[in-house]
Formats: sequence, C-alpha cells, structure tokens
Amino acid sequence: MTNYSMKNGAISSSVPWIISAVILIILPFIFTGGGSITIMNQIGITIVLAMSYNMLLGQGGMLSFGHAVYMGIGGFVAVHVMNIVENEYLWLPLPLLPLVGGLVGLGFATIIGSFSTRKAGTVFAMISLGIGELIAACCIIITVFFGGEEGISGDRTMAPPTFGIEFITQKEVYFLIAFWVLLSTFCMYLFTQTPVGKMANAVRDNPERAEFVGYSMRWVRYVSFCAAGFFAGIAGALFAINYEILTEQNLNLNMSFQVLLATYIGGVGFFLGPVFGAILFTLLQTVIGLQTDLWALYTGIVFILMVMFLPTGLTGLFAMHLIPLQLGRFGLLIKPYSKIFLPGLVFLLGTIALIELINHVRHHGEEQFMTLFWIEFDTRAFLPWILFSLMTIVGFYLSRIFAREVAEAWGEATYIEGERR
Amino acid sequence: MAVDALKLDNVTKNFSGTEIIRGLNLSVAKDERHAVIGPNGAGKSTAYNLITGRYQVSSGKVFLNGEDITNLQPYEVKRKGLSRSFQITNIFPKMSVFENVRCSLLWAMGYKYSFWHMVGSQSKLNNDAEEIIEELNLKDRRNTLAGVLSYAEQRALEIGITIAGGSEVILLDEPTAGMSVSETEYIVGLIRKVTEGKTLLVVEHDMGVVFDLADRISVLVYGEIIATGTPTEVKENQAVQEAYLGAAMEEH
Repeated sequence: MTNYSMKNGAISSSVPWIISAVILIILPFIFTGGGSITIMNQIGITIVLAMSYNMLLGQGGMLSFGHAVYMGIGGFVAVHVMNIVENEYLWLPLPLLPLVGGLVGLGFATIIGSFSTRKAGTVFAMISLGIGELIAACCIIITVFFGGEEGISGDRTMAPPTFGIEFITQKEVYFLIAFWVLLSTFCMYLFTQTPVGKMANAVRDNPERAEFVGYSMRWVRYVSFCAAGFFAGIAGALFAINYEILTEQNLNLNMSFQVLLATYIGGVGFFLGPVFGAILFTLLQTVIGLQTDLWALYTGIVFILMVMFLPTGLTGLFAMHLIPLQLGRFGLLIKPYSKIFLPGLVFLLGTIALIELINHVRHHGEEQFMTLFWIEFDTRAFLPWILFSLMTIVGFYLSRIFAREVAEAWGEATYIEGERR
Repeated sequence: MAVDALKLDNVTKNFSGTEIIRGLNLSVAKDERHAVIGPNGAGKSTAYNLITGRYQVSSGKVFLNGEDITNLQPYEVKRKGLSRSFQITNIFPKMSVFENVRCSLLWAMGYKYSFWHMVGSQSKLNNDAEEIIEELNLKDRRNTLAGVLSYAEQRALEIGITIAGGSEVILLDEPTAGMSVSETEYIVGLIRKVTEGKTLLVVEHDMGVVFDLADRISVLVYGEIIATGTPTEVKENQAVQEAYLGAAMEEH
C-alpha cells in the first residue's frame, strides 16, 4: 500500500536505470557516423551540466547566472592534470579524471557558496553574475592557469591505458562519457531522495517555514550548491576529455546562459527535464547550427515561447498529457491536434523561410540564389517572397482558429468532476 | 515551584522608534493551554515573532523551560522544542501533503543535513508521517500537492507541520481564522487531540474557541498584558471589559 515498501521500490526503481544504460550502449551502434557520436558526446556533457544546474534552479530555487564557472574550473584543472599525467608526474587512468574535475568544482563551490548562499533570490543571482564575470576576466589575466585567449590544451591519449583502451577514437570517449552521465544522473537522483535533498525542495517552496521546522535555509542551500558544483566539475572534466582544450568561452556568462536555457527548455520542475533540454538544445546548436547561422535566434525564440506559454518546459508538455491519458480521453485531442498540425507547420515553415530569406539578402546579397529545405530559388524574384508571406499569414490565421478547438478539446479531456484545479 | 514552559520577561519591541510591544510579561506553565486574546494590532502576532526568533527582541528575555532563548534563530528555537503555526497559511505548496509532514519530521528525528540516508527507506520516519496524516484526517489527500488543498485542509496541514516532531511547546496563531462553524469544530477537535500532554499557547479571535479551549487567558492590548486568569476571571475583569470585550461588543 505504501509506495516506499523497500523491496518493490528497489526493483521498480532500478528498471529505468537499466533501460537507460541499455539505450546508452546501443546508441553509438545506431548513429554510427563520426558526426553523430560527436554530437552525442556533447549532449552527454550538457546533460550532466544541465542536471547539476537544476539542482540549484529546479530543486533548490536558486537562480544562478554563473554555473558554467564550476564546469570551467573543473575542466581547466582536468586539462592541467592531463598534462601532468602525460609528463608522468602522476599516474591516473583517464576514466577517473572526471572525479578530479568534480572535486575541484566541489572545492570551488565550497568557497563561493560560503557567502553566496546566505540569501536566495536576487542577491544570490547577482553574486553568481559577479563571480561569473570575475572568473571570465581572470581567464584573460591569469595566463599561467587559464592560458589566455588560446586556452589550455592537452592530450587525453597520453594517460595510462585502461584495460588496453587509450581513448583515441570518439567512440571510446563516448562510452566514457556515457558511463559518467549515467553515474552522475543516478547520484543526483539519489541526492533528491536524501533528507537534505527533500529539504532543498522545502526551502525552495517556503524558506521561512523550513526554518520553523528546524532547518537553516542557508545550510540547506549551501549543501545543494556544493553538490551542484561537484557535478558541474564532472561535466567540465568530461568536456576536457572530449575536446582536449578549454578556453574562456567554456566558463563565461554566455556559457552560463546556455545552461540556463537548456535547463529551462527541458523543464525545471522535473528531475529529467534537463535531460530533454540538453538534448534539444544541443541538437539546435549543432544540427540546426550546421544549416543556418541563425541557430541562436531560433533557440532564443523557443526559449521565449517556452517562458510565455509553457513554463513547465518540454517535460511539462509530456506530463500535461498524462492527465487525459489516465482519464482515457486522449482520443478527444487527436482530431483537433491533427487539424492544427498542417496550418501550424505551414506557419512555421513560412516564418523560418522569411527569416532566412531576409538574412540571406542582408548578409549574402551578392549571391542571387539560395537553398532552403533542399530547394534552390532566386532571392530576387517576387514569387518566394509572396509565397513565404502567404504561408506565414494563412498558416497563422488557420492555426489561431484551430487553436480554439484545441483549447476546448483540452478542457473537455482534462475535466474532472468535483475536483478543484 | 516548577519552571514555566514559556516565560517572557519584560520583552519590548521597537519598530523604527515606535514601541509595538511594551514590557510583555507572560508565564505559561507546563501542560497548560494558554490563550492570548486582544484587539487587532495589539501585538499578538508580533509577540509570537519575538518568541520564535523571526524578529529580534529590543529588550527583555524569553525563556523556554528556564533556558534563555532570546534572539535565537527560528531553527534554533524549533530545535529546542518550541514549534509554531502561522496566521497566514505557511506550508510547502509544491510538495505533497505527505512530503510536507515528512519534511517537518526530519530534523526532530535526527537526520540533520544528511545526504547519505534515503528517506524512502526510513520506515520509522515514514510511519510517523503516515500517522500524523491520519490524525489530521488528510489520508485521502496524502499525495495531493499542498497548494491545491482547500483552506480548512491547509489549516489542518499547517497544524500538522507544527506538531510534527513532537515539540513540547506549541504556539498556534489564529488556527480557526476565516473558517465556517463546522470547519472550526474540526480544527478545535484536532487541536485538542494533537496537543494532548503538551504546552499550548494560542492566539485566537473566536471567543467561543478561546473559552472552550483555554485553561488560562491573557489579554493583550497595545503591547501590554492587562489581565491574566482563568476564563471566568478574565470575563469578569473590569479593565478587560473596558479595553477589549467592550470594544469587541461595539464592533458588532
């Protein structure tokens, strides 16, 4: 009856982890291309970083603008350690390097957190911003450690081989990253189930009341903050292993904002939110980034739309649909959804085409022809302009009409008699 | 003579020069049910905030079981065995009823800032939480988010959070404010049940509840206690009738 009866709990809760492990092992055999493995490695690193960020924002209610610092510092030290290992002053197999990064992130968070977690909200956010800026500035000044603008580079293959593996190929690195992604995620999940993890939620919800049940809100925040620093450091070392170089760009404010974006898009209210956020964000960055130089614009638009219309993020969107599914009324939604799909798609394509067209004319005006969605056309002709504008306008108009039907169907599908909502 | 469970010794509080509490003396004996009444703005909630460390005392001393707890932090006061509820519902809205109660038990059961225990497998902790929920009559709301409970249910949970962990001294701040007659009955019954064998200090506007619940009553007017006594004594007190009960009559 109680959902914490240990035996059943242990069995049912280990299933998702085993499935995840299997998926992680299979993935590189499905997406075999070098490019896709590179992207998956990047996704893995972003997952660890975004999940550690969500320990602050989602679990602890701390809005940080400088989380990349802890990843960056962990990463820089990891590269230095890599070089020390290469010169044979230290014996350390590469798979253990993330632990070094984690401990460095933890150490740095211990120092910064000792004063930054005194207050949450604006004060915490501003301190994190200041620290972020400070460390980014240090990168240029303290060249011995940060290597100035070129950064610091190393060679992962020089570490002592692990069971004969020297981590020369991307695929070998993939398995190293996948292992750490799974381990970190598991540890972060366990953290949410500890007394201090539960109290982090309580402090997020109502810091004052948390004090009146016996907990210092500051200490609860501090513990979460240090733990988040630890996992960010792991992400940093994974970055160091994957790219063998770290520069100022890996810990500046821009990077911190990317973490925030990825986490928010995924959904801060859910433990697995950052995983989906990291996947979507990295795909936008890499796959879309290869197609257009406007990827940041699209990411920004997605972010704004999320904040405005879907504050629970991508995961919230999934979770929302569980209600009609449980009530057995999901069928009510299929018709209105399929109705809005086409006009929505037309609107989306029209808008993207218009944006790309304008961008092309403004920045590559000397080339008369451009290719979009595998179709080449003349940018100086009227037809594309009229067509894309029409698509945008008509798509938008029809979407608005059908949106009403979706809203109605949604209300019907989720209505529970007598339930306060 | 036994040591008072709670004792305020000439406590004062200034807010930027204005004296809100002027020399408050109050003694609550162990296991007593003590009510504080007084008109709006008399300083009842301020007195609570001074006792529990939410505000700093300007002068005077607060003693819990003879131990000086003046100006301790709220969490330190709680750890010493004094727990309070709030006039405005103060719960953890995005957590389930069960999580609300379980979090309130954690410190008292010695978990502190542990990140090496899994709360799910601590059977005593979970059983205690279930028991409290049962006492609150919120069993069918166990997994509901606290933020979407009805007002009366939230007030019940508020009391549950306050008594969880077995604090010996309980301070309740207007537990029945804004409730219907039947809801008031439910809450008063609940208070009786869960504060059995404990020291209770309650601020309350509903005179029916006060005279029903309290062993002794203190009347607070303009930051001073003008009378303390049994319900009958207080009712018959001339000063009280002039300063408070009379005014309360005029309001109606």
